[in-house]
Amino acid sequence: MMEVCGSTNVSLREFGCEQTLLSRPDGSASFVQGDTSVIAAVYGPAEVKVSKEIYDRATLEVLIQPKVGLPSVRERSQEQCVRETCEASLLLTLHPRSSLTLVLQLIHDDGSRLACFLNAACMALMDAGLPMSCLFCGVTCAINADSEIITDPTAESRALMTFAIDSKEQRVMMSYTKGSFSVHELQQCIAVSQKASENIFQFYRDSVRRRYSKNL
Amino acid sequence: MKDTPLSNCERDFLLKAIEEKKRLDGRQTYDYRKMKITFGTDYGCCFVDLGKTRVMAQVSGELVAPKENRPNEGIMFFNIELSPMASPAFEQGRQSELSVKLNRQLERCLRNSKCIDTESLCVVSGEKVWQIRVDVHMLNHDGNLMDAASIAAITALCHFKRPDVSIQGDEVTVYSPEEREPIPLSIYHMPISVSFSFFQQGTYLLVDPCEREERVMDGLLMIAMNKHREICSIQSSGGIMLLKEQVMRCSKIASVKVSEITELISKALENDKRARKAGGRCGFAESMPQERITALKTDETSVEMTDASERANDIVENAEVPPQTVPSPVVPAPGVGQVGREGDVVEISDSEEEEVVILHPETQDKSSKNAASSSNQKGAET
Repeated sequence: MMEVCGSTNVSLREFGCEQTLLSRPDGSASFVQGDTSVIAAVYGPAEVKVSKEIYDRATLEVLIQPKVGLPSVRERSQEQCVRETCEASLLLTLHPRSSLTLVLQLIHDDGSRLACFLNAACMALMDAGLPMSCLFCGVTCAINADSEIITDPTAESRALMTFAIDSKEQRVMMSYTKGSFSVHELQQCIAVSQKASENIFQFYRDSVRRRYSKNL
Repeated sequence: MKDTPLSNCERDFLLKAIEEKKRLDGRQTYDYRKMKITFGTDYGCCFVDLGKTRVMAQVSGELVAPKENRPNEGIMFFNIELSPMASPAFEQGRQSELSVKLNRQLERCLRNSKCIDTESLCVVSGEKVWQIRVDVHMLNHDGNLMDAASIAAITALCHFKRPDVSIQGDEVTVYSPEEREPIPLSIYHMPISVSFSFFQQGTYLLVDPCEREERVMDGLLMIAMNKHREICSIQSSGGIMLLKEQVMRCSKIASVKVSEITELISKALENDKRARKAGGRCGFAESMPQERITALKTDETSVEMTDASERANDIVENAEVPPQTVPSPVVPAPGVGQVGREGDVVEISDSEEEEVVILHPETQDKSSKNAASSSNQKGAET
């Protein structure tokens, strides 16, 4: 049974965020983790096609655009992860028969892609002013040959996990894992991700406080 | 999602203002908006901001077999993505008229003008050539997407460096950037497109229309030129009728604008080359503006891990014992599979009618698979 190898190598890369960088979308944000950068844009609530409308809630559509080529199955599966997390935290019943569109564009991939998508999505939804019951953030955890690392760039690892953690009770909203690991390691990774999410939520608070410190 | 239609008041206001030689943002008739060119982390990634219009271009290359009628030449592939991010009117996957038009114009501007030396992209004649793919993504649509796209595409091509290859007999070795320095593409000239919008049946002309102006214009003239005053392509759309003098005047204005823009591109490429040589970090992350209140950046932070380990151990110890694994299926009679003991059983039978699977909650994970379709006598698979 592998133990967590000390707390020496558990750190988050530097991150940065810019809000309202695009003029057309209702909300937009860019999120940068180390060299991985993503731009997210939200349109909504807006008119929805009759074929897609839901009578008592808003229809959320997530689109992930890769940098090169057309979107493939990998993007579709990541879209589903992001969509399910957003649907769990957005108050969709406040906007029935409307559409919310979230578009994520990958700018550069240097590891922890899905986590960056989740963070950018949350900041863009906040920027658009959509009502949410809680915020969420994405954290990537990797287990390499003998210890545990967070927001692992492109090094080889035995297992790679991404968790979406909510802000109210630090519970896991979504998990996406690749590789093999024991139950014990899973719980350790979740505990570490919950700790790391506190840093990210603090960063959200700081950015939003800075953003609204002046009337733009 | 539909875009909000333009109201009649706005339309009348814009047209009247243009008649009085006034523009919404205070520019003169021949002025371009503020242009900013930045580069991404890897070679071939370029961002162009033309006022509020934002465009990103990425160039990538891979080795493929050449076209049959041109065995000695590399292949250039252009793709303009009208991302739904740029405007609510753009839809994912749909080849709208605008998208076809922009793609065609970019191809004419860059491919037909032969600005890239495609013969230098040949590795083994008839077998392996480089396919250079240019993807242009629209990030924000505030008018004049064509100009921004053409600037982004040509700048990204100038910025791109392809991996070095060596040929030994039949073996082709592609070196990674760490092994050998990548090589830039050989570009003869830089064609840049300049757009002119016409109003009131060609009476008034504006350079670099913004999105509102584009909505009320009658027609668009696009001239692609390089700094040597060679016209690479001209396209007039919208059905306006232009006089010969107007077209000549536009081409003169275009040559002035193109030389300014080429100057800006060369300066941006120089700055980037210097920054990379100095070893600094380059990319989108670095070019994020720091002084604005809408942007924030933190340094590397460490995570407090003091009680994470204990917490995890607690959870594992206090967790419920997982349910006992259900034994493997048994076949009591041909065509009937049985999973579980007598009493919590699910019958999965091979009958011809559509049968409803009786689900017992205890064994739901094993039994919820296909009901009647398996002709395999061994029953359900685990």
